[in-house]
Amino acid sequence: MIDLIMNDILGTPAILVGLFALLGLLLQRAAITNVVSGTLKTVMGFVILGAGANVIVGSLSNFSAMFEDAFNIHGVIPNNEAIVALAQDAFGTETAMIMLFGMLVNILLARFTPFKYIFLTGHHTMFMACLIAVILMTGGLSGVPLVFIGSIILGSLMVLMPALITPYTRKVTGTDDFTVGHFGTIGYFVSAFVGSKVGKNSKSTEELKVPKSLGFLRDTSVAVSLTMFLLFFIVALFSGPAFIETELSGGTNFLVFSFLQGLTFAAGVYIILAGVRMLLAEIVPAFKGIADKVVPNAIPALDVPAVFPFANNAVIVGFLFSFIAGLISMFLLPLVGLSVIVPGLVPHFFTGAAAGVFGNATGGRRGAIFGSMANGFLISFLPALLLPVLGILGFEGTTFGDADFGVVGVVLGGIVEIFSSPAAFISVILVILAGIFGIGIAKNKKTVKEEEAA
Amino acid sequence: MKILVVCGNGLGSSFIVEMNVKAILKELGIEAEVSHTDLTTSKSEDADYYLGAADLLENLEDGKRNLIKLNNIMDKKELREALENNL
Repeated sequence: MIDLIMNDILGTPAILVGLFALLGLLLQRAAITNVVSGTLKTVMGFVILGAGANVIVGSLSNFSAMFEDAFNIHGVIPNNEAIVALAQDAFGTETAMIMLFGMLVNILLARFTPFKYIFLTGHHTMFMACLIAVILMTGGLSGVPLVFIGSIILGSLMVLMPALITPYTRKVTGTDDFTVGHFGTIGYFVSAFVGSKVGKNSKSTEELKVPKSLGFLRDTSVAVSLTMFLLFFIVALFSGPAFIETELSGGTNFLVFSFLQGLTFAAGVYIILAGVRMLLAEIVPAFKGIADKVVPNAIPALDVPAVFPFANNAVIVGFLFSFIAGLISMFLLPLVGLSVIVPGLVPHFFTGAAAGVFGNATGGRRGAIFGSMANGFLISFLPALLLPVLGILGFEGTTFGDADFGVVGVVLGGIVEIFSSPAAFISVILVILAGIFGIGIAKNKKTVKEEEAA
Repeated sequence: MKILVVCGNGLGSSFIVEMNVKAILKELGIEAEVSHTDLTTSKSEDADYYLGAADLLENLEDGKRNLIKLNNIMDKKELREALENNL
């Protein structure tokens, strides 16, 4: 009986996440029909996520084989959805637990520290929970200590990242209504910082005439399909028909095969996104509902497209220059002995656009250009540096895309590497977090004082 | 009545806007089914109203759909006015 509860029920991530949704619905005193449908949909979302992962795996392994045959180096396509879906088999339960308790830690920190942020980008909460679970488990943690320290790290990041970017978000939006809650924040922070250094007297991007035709790339499915189809095609041309038709496609023409494999990858991402959407449908509103009750004057930390309307041209400029930096990085990475990170349109569009908006806010056109390029280099080099610390997940041909995943992963991986005993690295992590909070709170006090004096 | 909130990824922004729409409709006392999705899916999903950022909704223009275009999707005041004017 105990075994059934512990392994089969709580050990199955889909059911565990369903139980969280059930709990949330019951807490909100939802109608019985909503409780049933909401819980079932959440479990189904998780199952869909796994189905999408299966679609992607075949396509990814074909891509890796073609890439290695063509260039004799390892090529990796960063895609958060893909890596997280692939990780759910081995790390699903821990991811779900860290996600749930991380949200609770977020609410507590927002309640008792000056950082009143509630991180509402649910899919990023899940992705970060997954990254933390992978790194800590690879470092030998498990069970209660893993969930304990994992959720403290996650919950801290959910308030610290919004806190880091808030001064710049205020520059962009001119209000305190919301801030950005997205794990590409370090890229935006660097972009805004670069902008403030290079952008003296540079005019705003919003005085430019920019063609609107790139707007279609905001449609994730279109952007992924286009990127993957082109990538497969280019790599196939370098690899040649002989290898592909004998080793991979079973005789199907190599270009036809590549086209379909590219779209298979895109289809997998589409399925995973649909799964994630269903999975979060009950959990995020429950989290928000509880946070609204517990934290007076909470500030929502929202997904990054929230800042796009404040600088429409910077969105396009930022995407273009971030992507250019990604292309340049592709040639630089092998020179320093790292895996090639194939730039994707989706990560460069969303984070590059946001970097453009922040860079423009601090340094006009020059800020938008150089800031988003800095972001582009970051999201090329960080994923490459992250691969070695992901353990068994580092060989899947995909990895996490946005800047914060890379920074957090490399730092955590480093700590786990240096301090081999779990007790030691838990203490070290707690000391580091306490230090960051200390500095943050002191800085916050200073700003409040200055504002009062002014 | 069904309102579909649309964004590029169908994960983050449209989800927040959906929650805002639900809160406003509750205040206005209007009953409606509200959900969120990505642009591709929205093209094949039926709804009485499609709501989202103006530049993104241009992709849904077909003369038949009721589009509610927002300049700033996070602006609750604009959202409230848009809903009051359209519903």
